[in-house]
Amino acid sequence: MKLVTVAGPPSCGKTSVILRLTETLSKVGSRLGVIKFDCLSSEDEHRYNRAGIPVKLGLAGGLCPDHFFVANIEEGVRWGQRQGFDLLVCESAGLCNRCSPHIRGVLAVCVVDNLSGVHTPAKIGPMLKTADVVVITKGDVVSQAEREVFAFRIKQVNPRAAVVPMNGLTGQGSLMLERHLRTAPETPDLEGVRLRFSMPAALCSYCLGETRIGPDCQIGNIKTMDFS
Amino acid sequence: MTETTLLHLTIDNLLIRHPYANDFFSLLGLPCEARHLTVEAFFSSLSDERLNDLGLLREQLEPRLRAFISQMEDLRSESLPTLQNVTLCGGRDKDGRPEDIRLELHPGDVVSVVGPTGSGKSRLLADVECLAQGDTPSGRRLLIDGNAPDENLWLGGEQRLVAQLSQNMNFVMDVSVREFLSLHAESRLVEDIDVAVGQIFSTAVLLAGEPFKLETPVTALSGGQSRALMIADVACLSASPIVLIDEIENAGVDRRQALDLLVKQEKIVLLATHDPLLALLGQRRLVIRNGGIADIIETSDSERALLQRLNRFDRKFAELRDCVRQGKRLDFDLGDFLADCLPHAEQGFLD
Ligand SMILES: Nc1ncnc2c1ncn2[C@@H]1O[C@H](COP(=O)(O)OP(=O)(O)OP(=O)(O)O)[C@@H](O)[C@H]1O
Ligand SMILES: Nc1nc2c(ncn2[C@@H]2O[C@H](COP(=O)(O)OP(=O)(O)O)[C@@H](O)[C@H]2O)c(=O)[nH]1
Ligand SMILES: [Mg+2]
Ligand SMILES: [Mg+2]
Ligand SMILES: [Zn+2]
Ligand SMILES: [Zn+2]
Repeated sequence: MKLVTVAGPPSCGKTSVILRLTETLSKVGSRLGVIKFDCLSSEDEHRYNRAGIPVKLGLAGGLCPDHFFVANIEEGVRWGQRQGFDLLVCESAGLCNRCSPHIRGVLAVCVVDNLSGVHTPAKIGPMLKTADVVVITKGDVVSQAEREVFAFRIKQVNPRAAVVPMNGLTGQGSLMLERHLRTAPETPDLEGVRLRFSMPAALCSYCLGETRIGPDCQIGNIKTMDFS
Repeated sequence: MTETTLLHLTIDNLLIRHPYANDFFSLLGLPCEARHLTVEAFFSSLSDERLNDLGLLREQLEPRLRAFISQMEDLRSESLPTLQNVTLCGGRDKDGRPEDIRLELHPGDVVSVVGPTGSGKSRLLADVECLAQGDTPSGRRLLIDGNAPDENLWLGGEQRLVAQLSQNMNFVMDVSVREFLSLHAESRLVEDIDVAVGQIFSTAVLLAGEPFKLETPVTALSGGQSRALMIADVACLSASPIVLIDEIENAGVDRRQALDLLVKQEKIVLLATHDPLLALLGQRRLVIRNGGIADIIETSDSERALLQRLNRFDRKFAELRDCVRQGKRLDFDLGDFLADCLPHAEQGFLD
């Protein structure tokens, strides 16, 4: 079974991209499953169900969704193996720009959309910077120049990634993404495998549920700004 | 450059050799003030904590810089994608009947794509856009200079062969026309940005008819002005030798001039349209029926002559649009109004 991590900011088109991809893949008889990691709730489960794709939904609740991802992905891969998938796709919303679900030796896809603006690529952390393939969506609604500038900025922050423009509505471009997936390595299990980038422990009292404001309530990893 | 020499350059020297490397540092959030340091010394001066905060790994800094430089070198205007010809090899129509066609296009060719709604005009443009290799619903294939496009180049993210303009594309950047064009020129690594910006701007104003300013926010441009700016920009700044245009009929730009501009830049233009005036601007038109190319019509001399006369009507209609815009009544004798379009003999049909 191949594993691929698909990450990107909320509403950039991850689910659309995966759904269009499955249309291409089902034609060649590939069996595909999805694990969706999200925070509080997700409609995506129904979208995958409707398309007839086996899906597991994991809600991180108060945790960083990427931390939640690492804690569960190994078991997820076992689930995928038991189901006999050829390809297991992990969709996770990059809500925390500092964390990233990408794993060494596992094909890493980052989805970003043209509408997010030309300054966005520089703002996204390891999720984009360590990806192997960057899919750019929503090119159908912006000008040629904006598409070119956006792709250029992506290539600047991640010069080693392949850049794949794709329309999440029509699926235009999904064939190229499929060809990249074909080169993905097999992932029988995740034993001894490491993340591409460390996730900060970053535990402060607020991570642990503190709601009161003020220095007396702050413990742990605190960083202060200079307002002088 | 070998492994060691890059690391041993001072930042100053690195920036002299590769001015764009400045972006490398600023985009990663590592602006470098101490430019007398060598690259290696600068990298070692960064604390683990800082790198960690920025989502960077120390051992990746140097390979990243190397990849950045080679990426930028590839993107420099010298390595523009060029082509002698594009061949469209037929596939099948919606019922699976073979489309027996082999169409060779050359720089400067303008081809209109016509056919009823839903017949497959946009599909044809999409096939060209993705340089289809029998892998789209139509089964068409595209050859560049006689061969299938280089798969590795294509997979690696070289998508600069094709530029697109369509009715539902808008500007979403919140910047002025000047900033917008500068950003695009920078991304094309143009040497003299001000010259490029000025040239595209004046071309766009010419096409738009209604003037706008360099300081106008792009999102405040009218539909016609936006389209004019997009066309001028694609013609002058985009590297792509192939331009696809999907229905820009109502855009209110000088379409003839717009196409002339693209032709002058040696672009191959494919233009999907329902508008007779636009369709006749092509040297040929592909007639699409039920998903397949049913016919290829060369624009004849008499059609071209007719186009000249139809354009006069078009200008008359533009006058009417202006009247309506200016809040005037359309109160005139139609025969008189059209007198300079029609020879007297033809005027009978207006009665
Ligand atoms: N050769 C073909 N084989 C299979 N499907 C096709 C073929 N050509 C077109 N189609 C499909 O037919 C549908 C309509 O085509 P398309 O959108 O290109 O029409 P159009 O001519 O652009 O219409 P409009 O004038 O309304 O824009 C699309 O879903 C397209 O993928
Ligand atoms: N115009 C356009 N809309 C898109 C495209 N891709 C996705 N969308 C829309 O963007 C919205 C968010 O997409 P979704 O797949 O749910 O994003 P996710 O949150 O990243 O999974 C949906 O309304 C999609 O229909 C695209 O390429 N073009
Ligand atoms: Mg989703
Ligand atoms: Mg169409
Ligand atoms: Zn996090
Ligand atoms: Zn915290």
